[in-house]
Amino acid sequence: MKKLLLLFIVTLVGCIYIGRLFYLQILSDDLKVQAENNAVKTVYEYPERGFIYDRNGELMVANQVAYDVMIIPNEVKEFDTLQLCQLLQIKKEHLSKKIADAKHWSWRKPSVVIPQLTQLEYAPLQEKLRKFPGFYIQRRSLRKYMVDHSASVLGYIREVNQAKIEQDDYYQLGDLAGKSGIELQYEEELRGEKGYKKYTRDHFGRAIKPYKEGSQNLDPVAGTDLTVTLDTELQAYAEQLMVNKRGGIVAIQPKTGEILSLVTAPNYDPSILMGRDRSKNINAIIRDSVRLPNVNRALQAQYSPGSPFKVINALVGLQEGVVSTSERFRCNHGYDYGGRKKLGCHAHASPLAMEKGIAESCNSYFAQVYRRIIEKGDTSAEGMDTWNKHVTSFGLGNFLGYDLPVGLPGRIPDGDYYNARTKYKWYAPMTISNAIGQGEVATTPIQLANMTAAIANRGYYYTPHIIKAMNGKPINDPKYTEKHFTTIDPQHFEPVIEGMNEVYNSGTAKWVQVPGIEICGKTGTVENKTKIDGKTVQLTDHSVFIAFAPKDDPQIALAVFIENGYWGSRYAAKIASLLIEKHIKGEITRTDLENYLMTHSLEYEYAKPYSGKEFKINEAIDNGLIKPGDSLHRPDPNDILK
Amino acid sequence: MGIGDKPRYDPWTILIYMGLVVMGWFSIYSAAPVVEHGSLLDMEMVYGKQLLWIGMALFLIVIILAIEVKFYERFAGLIYIIALISLIGLFVFGKEINGAVSWYGIGPMTLQPSEFAKCATALAVAKYLSQLNVSLKNPKDFMIVAGIILLPMLLIIPQPDPGSALVYAAFFFALHREGLSLWYLSLGVIALALFLGSLVISIWWIFLIVVAVLALMYTLSRKRNHKKRLPKPNPYVYIIAGIVCMGYSLSSSYIFENVLKDRHRNRINIVLGRVEDDAGIGYNINQSEIALGNGGWTGKSLSEATQTRGGYVPEQHTDFVFSAVGEVSGFLGATLVIVFFMLLIYRIIIMAERQRNQFARIYGYGVAGIFFLHFFVNIGMVIGLLPTVGIPLPFMSYGGSGLWGFTILLFIFVKLDAHRMSYDH
Repeated sequence: MKKLLLLFIVTLVGCIYIGRLFYLQILSDDLKVQAENNAVKTVYEYPERGFIYDRNGELMVANQVAYDVMIIPNEVKEFDTLQLCQLLQIKKEHLSKKIADAKHWSWRKPSVVIPQLTQLEYAPLQEKLRKFPGFYIQRRSLRKYMVDHSASVLGYIREVNQAKIEQDDYYQLGDLAGKSGIELQYEEELRGEKGYKKYTRDHFGRAIKPYKEGSQNLDPVAGTDLTVTLDTELQAYAEQLMVNKRGGIVAIQPKTGEILSLVTAPNYDPSILMGRDRSKNINAIIRDSVRLPNVNRALQAQYSPGSPFKVINALVGLQEGVVSTSERFRCNHGYDYGGRKKLGCHAHASPLAMEKGIAESCNSYFAQVYRRIIEKGDTSAEGMDTWNKHVTSFGLGNFLGYDLPVGLPGRIPDGDYYNARTKYKWYAPMTISNAIGQGEVATTPIQLANMTAAIANRGYYYTPHIIKAMNGKPINDPKYTEKHFTTIDPQHFEPVIEGMNEVYNSGTAKWVQVPGIEICGKTGTVENKTKIDGKTVQLTDHSVFIAFAPKDDPQIALAVFIENGYWGSRYAAKIASLLIEKHIKGEITRTDLENYLMTHSLEYEYAKPYSGKEFKINEAIDNGLIKPGDSLHRPDPNDILK
Repeated sequence: MGIGDKPRYDPWTILIYMGLVVMGWFSIYSAAPVVEHGSLLDMEMVYGKQLLWIGMALFLIVIILAIEVKFYERFAGLIYIIALISLIGLFVFGKEINGAVSWYGIGPMTLQPSEFAKCATALAVAKYLSQLNVSLKNPKDFMIVAGIILLPMLLIIPQPDPGSALVYAAFFFALHREGLSLWYLSLGVIALALFLGSLVISIWWIFLIVVAVLALMYTLSRKRNHKKRLPKPNPYVYIIAGIVCMGYSLSSSYIFENVLKDRHRNRINIVLGRVEDDAGIGYNINQSEIALGNGGWTGKSLSEATQTRGGYVPEQHTDFVFSAVGEVSGFLGATLVIVFFMLLIYRIIIMAERQRNQFARIYGYGVAGIFFLHFFVNIGMVIGLLPTVGIPLPFMSYGGSGLWGFTILLFIFVKLDAHRMSYDH
């Protein structure tokens, strides 16, 4: 026994150690990964992000060089904190917080300390930063905005957050990615593919030589240049007209579905979201819960459509054969359908047939047509379903499928909708508000514009889209070239279009005619309510207008929505006319309309609910006149902060 | 002139020695903190110096083998006393390196006497125990032998170099061969197991295990005694043993927190997995494991051995040289080193057993024990199974004193073995 003890122990220890080696060297892949992390320094190369051009080849978004100050905590040695703070022009607490954040994220991977320094801010750093091991400069390509409008549709890029990194391992802390608008929608095209060079490094983090003779390196792939369907001139003009107003505009080219203009107000200069102040500015925009500059009203505001919706009811009525173009309906300052209140209407000649009914926007006319559509079914629900089928075929009541990242579905009710909401048997009059685009119906401006395009095309539309070409090659996506037909037969469109033309010639929009252009349109005055301190309060009506022109060869179809602009032709129709004129003629002859819009602000209307006092709505006189010089004032970011 | 007059040097030992020295040198060469290797004899570089130390070690071998075989036994006492004096002298003339006064500075060179003291102590223990009428069963003799072993330990611990002092535990194997009870080792192992166990698992589990083990032992010994018609074992002995074990376990966390120094605590915590800190106190072990892991089956060529070339493992050419072996030569190379050490120790034991002379046998066991302890502690540390203890891997770690100390230790035994036929009392 005493001769064997050491032999036995040596054998035991030897076997255990060989087993441990087998585990460490053969089984444990994790250690090999760690070895690579240790010894391989990856230097990323960011390709240039794609440019964005408008439909005429005007450059909208380009790039500029910026410099990020980076840190790899593992490699930081003791350094003069004070000097570094002076160089970076930041406070000591800020620096320590950034370093702590970086350590929390990773000891070995780089994090951003100070992002997006300009060439000027970078110059003094360049020489001195080498005194601070662990800190280094990374060149970054940043956006340079060649236009001062369209911020909301272009979107912006921002450093990716933790969630995005976890979701997509392409991204690392400090990478930039599209956060909204076109930048987000076409992120993968615009960004290209980043490349990298790998180096072997020693434990001081110094690159010794290319790793595996550079065989593992990846060249970056440049981003794709996008041509979008927007017309910068129209965009700029539309935003100018929207100053001091809130609302959304969408203009579509009916024969292609291309979005010519997409404007929301209030808006801001896209370049304020770049540079050192970008965080402050972005927060100001996101946190403004009163003016909601972060909401793209053209896509995300779900309003009752109001009277423009009447043209759809006229079309459905004709299709279902419940009304002819010549049948006249009486209007006694409204339509008494047996409810407690009758559906009111303004003063106009009576009785009216379809063309004049549209032109005068007679509530009584459409209430009766709508009632017949619903009552045609064996039950109200069945009639409602038929109506729903026709209405939704115009792209209403659901997401349109356009290529922008935000939107709302709107709402077009069907039979089940009311069955679920009502315990008892219900009849058409309960839903009569749908006849005039109030009640349960809700749409977004882009849906209204698309609906208008479908009417302009006499029965079909293309999915609205913002992308026109990539790297100069026109897109060929069946999604955007396939016609979506409505359920209305083509012959029914002509009388309705005549009626819309009549709106301009003799009806509710006769004051905003443009010489030489046959416009078809429809005004709207939308009742709306808001809640103030839990109390529902009615506000001044929204001003709405849909239009397309020219009548026989439509080149533009648009919807304009101006919050609390009172009636359709006070604001929305004026703006629509000017945009049509701008698009078709390239110049403005109705300078009186332009002048009115530039000198009138609706801010006084928007202030009313917040004044804390009793206020009047729907005032006959527009109190929004402002001094001419102020009219072109754009809200700057600090303004938005208020 | 008898049969054994012609010395017969054991070829296996010499081959294994050569193998380890060559692999060691190559690992030091790999781990050199340079971008490009220059001349092999570049004296600015550790690998150049090591080549010089190896040359001098070969010279030492020649001298050792040339000296009359009886010299070592005859002058064992004197050598031991010189070793002690050299250790004492450190307190006056010692040179401080890395916070420890373990070296003499001789011009540009340094010499570490504790590396030679092991050999001297082995000679002294062998000499004393091999005298007639000396027996470990005799308490006086036992105390003297213990004194011979403890004296250099007590001189080395305050340098401070507890690692080198720990090596003296190796003499247990020599003493055990000469009749020391296994209980001493068992007690040590039990004490260590209880100490570490109570740090890792709940004290109640320890109690449960102690009770279960003792109950089992009591039952077994009752059965055995019954068969052999011996009286029943005394249950009180077991109960007292249990209470002692439990009391010791209870106090171990107090010892851990209050008696041990911070760095010792950290090392133990890292190995037991009580603390994870790969960037701080666990850095060394973690990097060492990464370097091993990178080796894979057959290792990486010098240009691909990123961990060794990048200098990620601190002390990689000295105490952590085995991690360089692991990365450059892979699992096969590292296993080969382990097998070499196992074979070396087996061979020394076989050689010790064939000695007619008790002095040579005891010395042989001393040598085997010392190599085993270095092998056990050093590689265990590098592969992350044992706490960090700063002792070198024999023949492989960089350093002249270490290499010479181990060479002398081994080749005195080779010399004794070569003359085993003629060498007698």
